[in-house]
Amino acid sequence: MARSRSRYQSWGRYPQSEQTAEVAWNATDIGAGIAKLRGEGYLPFGNGCSYGDSCLAASGQLLDFGSLDSLISFDPATGRLVARPGARLGDISRIAMATGWGLPVTPGTSRVTLGGAVANDVHGKNHLKEGSFGHHISGLQLLRSNGEVIECSPEENTDWLYHTIGGLGLTGTITKIELALKRTPGPWFDVEPTRMEQLADYFALEQETGNEWEHRVAWIDCLAPKNSLGRGWYIRARSIADQRPVPSRINIPAPALPFSPLNSLTLKLFNNTIFHLGYRRGNSYRQDYMRFFYPLDSVSGWNRLYGPAGFQQYQCVVPDGDAEDVIRELLSLIASAGQGSFLAVLKRFGSRHAAGALSFPREGYTLALDFPNRQGLSELFQKMDDCVQAAGGALYPAKDAHMSPDFFRMAYPAWEQHEAMRDPAINSCFWQRMMEDR
Amino acid sequence: MKRILIIGATSAMAKGCARAMAEQGHSLFLCARKMAEIEELKHDLLARGAGSVSAMTLDINNLSRHKAVLETAYQELDGLDLVLLAHGTLPNQQQCEQNVDKTIEALQTNAVSSIAFLTRVANQFEQWGQGTIAAISSVAGDRGRQSNYVYGAAKNCLTTYLQGLRNRLDKAGVRVVTIKPGLVISPMTADFEKGPLWASADDVGRRMARVLLEGKQDVVYLPGFWRWIMMAICMIPETIFKRMSLG
Ligand SMILES: Cc1cc2nc3c(=O)[nH]c(=O)nc-3n(C[C@H](O)[C@H](O)[C@H](O)COP(=O)(O)OP(=O)(O)OC[C@H]3O[C@@H](n4cnc5c(N)ncnc54)[C@H](O)[C@@H]3O)c2cc1C
Ligand SMILES: NC(=O)c1ccc[n+]([C@@H]2O[C@H](COP(=O)([O-])OP(=O)(O)OC[C@H]3O[C@@H](n4cnc5c(N)ncnc54)[C@H](OP(=O)(O)O)[C@@H]3O)[C@@H](O)[C@H]2O)c1
Repeated sequence: MARSRSRYQSWGRYPQSEQTAEVAWNATDIGAGIAKLRGEGYLPFGNGCSYGDSCLAASGQLLDFGSLDSLISFDPATGRLVARPGARLGDISRIAMATGWGLPVTPGTSRVTLGGAVANDVHGKNHLKEGSFGHHISGLQLLRSNGEVIECSPEENTDWLYHTIGGLGLTGTITKIELALKRTPGPWFDVEPTRMEQLADYFALEQETGNEWEHRVAWIDCLAPKNSLGRGWYIRARSIADQRPVPSRINIPAPALPFSPLNSLTLKLFNNTIFHLGYRRGNSYRQDYMRFFYPLDSVSGWNRLYGPAGFQQYQCVVPDGDAEDVIRELLSLIASAGQGSFLAVLKRFGSRHAAGALSFPREGYTLALDFPNRQGLSELFQKMDDCVQAAGGALYPAKDAHMSPDFFRMAYPAWEQHEAMRDPAINSCFWQRMMEDR
Repeated sequence: MKRILIIGATSAMAKGCARAMAEQGHSLFLCARKMAEIEELKHDLLARGAGSVSAMTLDINNLSRHKAVLETAYQELDGLDLVLLAHGTLPNQQQCEQNVDKTIEALQTNAVSSIAFLTRVANQFEQWGQGTIAAISSVAGDRGRQSNYVYGAAKNCLTTYLQGLRNRLDKAGVRVVTIKPGLVISPMTADFEKGPLWASADDVGRRMARVLLEGKQDVVYLPGFWRWIMMAICMIPETIFKRMSLG
C-alpha cells in the first residue's frame, strides 16, 4: 500500500477537485488501504475514464485499483474469466481473442477497468443483442468497509449484485469479478457505412437493419447547417471469421496545451470533412476490433486537447415512442447555441431488463456528445435537460457533471434503496451532489 | 518456448515482463519474498497462457540459498534459458548518510546479492555455451547525484559487473543484458511527484520482454529516450555538475 502522488482527475478534467489516492498494488493491500481511509471516507477508483465527478471522492481520498489488475483464472473451454477489478478491458480482449473469445460488451475505450465497467454497467454498440456489461457478470466479491465480505451472484445475495452492477462504486469495494466471455469468430469486423442526409434516415436505417448486424452506431455532424439537421454516417458491423492477426497500433500522445485548438471553426472543418470524405466514401471495409471498438485510443490523452478548462460530455437516453422528435429538438438546441463538438454519437438500447438498480441503459435511443467548457453551456444543458426530462429520459452518471438532484431522483427511482445500501465510508462527489437538500 | 527464472518477480516491472512472456506461452519460475503475491502472479500468468509456472520464496540476501534455488528452477523448468534479476530497493539517501548500516544494506540488496547470484548463473551458462542473463540496473547508475548516490553507486556496480561479464561470456555464446529504466511508476517510487517523463511499470515490463526475447541489444534504456537524456547528463563537466542539483 502506498500513497500515490500522481494527479487524479476524471476524463473531462472537470470539475476540478483536489484528490489524493492510496494505490492497491496487491490484493493484500486492500484491507490496510480501507483501514487507513475509512475514517475520513473514500471512493474506489478504476482508471478515471468517467467524464464528470462520479469517479471523484467526496472526501478527496481515492483507493486506486488501477494497478490491482491480475487475472485469477481463465478457462478457454467455457470462456469464464475471473479477475481483479483493475484488469483493463483491452488486456482481457487481447488474451481472450487468442482462444476465440471476446468481450460480450465493450465501451469506446479499452482503458476502462473491469471494476469501472461493472460500477457504471457500461454499454457498447450492441445493446440490442447483448444488453449491458452487467448482464454478463456471473459473480462479484464485495468488501464492505467494516470488513464484511459479500459473495454475490445471480443465485446468492442478489440484491447486492443488483445494486453493485451500475452501483457507482458506492456499495463497497469490488475485489473480484467473474465474467462470461462470448465466442467470437475472429478479431475482424465487416463494416458498412451509410451516409445519412438527415435525422429521419437514421431511424429508417435502424428499423431496416437486421439482427445479423450486431453493432450499430451513428455519427452525427451537430455543426451541420439547419436544413441538414442530423446528417452524418450510420455505421453497422458484424464480426467475421477472419483469423489474421491484428496489426499493432502506433500510439500518438496528444500534447498538453495551455489553450484548446478546438474552436468552432476547427470543429466545423473537421466535421465537414468527415461528412463529405469520411468513412471511405461509403464503401464497406474490414477493420480489426481495436480500431473498430476503440478508434480514439490511438491518440493517448486526447482529452487534453480541450485545454485546461476541460470539457463535459452530455449523454442522455430517451424512450422509444417520440425519440425522433426529442432527438431533433436536442440537435436543434445544440445547433442554435452553436456549441457542439466532434463526436455526436447516436445509439439504440434494446428492451432487456436492466442489469443493475441504477443502470443507465433503458429501452430507447441514446445521444452523446462533447462540449468544451465555455460560457453559456449551463444554459444550453438546462434546456436540453428539460427536454429529456419531459420525454421521460435520463442522463448517464458516468458522464455527468451537471444534472440536478431532482432529475436524477426521478430518472433513477432506486436511489433511496441505494442510499440505504451504500457503504457508509464510501461516497463520491457525484453522489453527494445528487443527495443534496433531500 | 523459453524457460525463464525471474528473481524479484513480484516487482511491478517484472510483473509486466512476466505477463508478456506468459502470453507467448513461455515457462516461468518465480522467486520473490511474499508467498501471497507470488501465488496471485502465478494464477495471472497461467490464465494468460504460460506454458508452466512454478515458484519459490527467496530473500536474495540469503546467499546460502542461491545454489538450491538455481537447482530447483532448473529441475522445475527442465532446463534454463533466461535469468532476469528484477529485485531492488530504493533507500532513503538522507538516512544512508546518517546510518552506515542502511548504506551497506542498500549495497547488499542492489549489488552484492545480484553479483553473488549471477556468479553462479554465469558459470553454469558458460559451461552450457548458451543462455541469456539480464538484470535491471538503472539510469541512476550512470552518474552519481546528491539525491540518490548510494542507490546509484550500487546500480553502477551492477552495471560494471554486467559489462565485464558480457565481455567474458560473449565467447561462450551467452548474452548479457543490462536494463536501465528511467522513471517508472511503481511502489518503489510512490512518494515521488509524477510528471510527463514517467512510464507505467506494465509498459516498461512489456518492452523489457520484447528486448529479452526478440532483441539483440546489450544495454537498453527503457523507455528509449532515456539514452539521450543520460548522454546529455553524462556530458556535463564534473566541475559544473558538482554545483548542480538535478533532483
Ligand atoms: C473515450 C471514452 C469512451 C467511452 N465510451 C463509453 C461507451 O461507449 N459506453 C459506456 O457505457 N461508457 C463509455 N465511457 C465511459 C466509461 O466506460 C465509464 O465511465 C467507466 O466506468 C470508466 O471506468 P474506469 O475503469 O475508468 O473507472 P473510473 O472512471 O475510475 O470509475 C468509475 C466508477 O467505478 C467505480 N469503481 C472502480 N473500481 C471499483 C472497485 N474496485 N470497486 C467498486 N467500484 C469501483 C468508481 O468508484 C466509479 O464510481 C467512455 C469513456 C471514454 C473516456
Ligand atoms: N521504479 C523506477 O523508477 C526504477 C527506475 C530504475 C530502476 N528500477 C529498478 O527496477 C527494478 C524493479 O523495481 P520496481 O520499480 O518494479 O519496484 P517494486 O515493484 O517496488 O519492486 C521491487 C522488488 O524488489 C523486491 N525485493 C526487495 N528486496 C528484496 C530482497 N531482499 N529479496 C528479494 N526481493 C527483494 C521487492 O519484493 P518485496 O515485495 O518482497 O519487498 C519488490 O518485488 C528494481 O531493481 C529497481 O531498482 C526502478
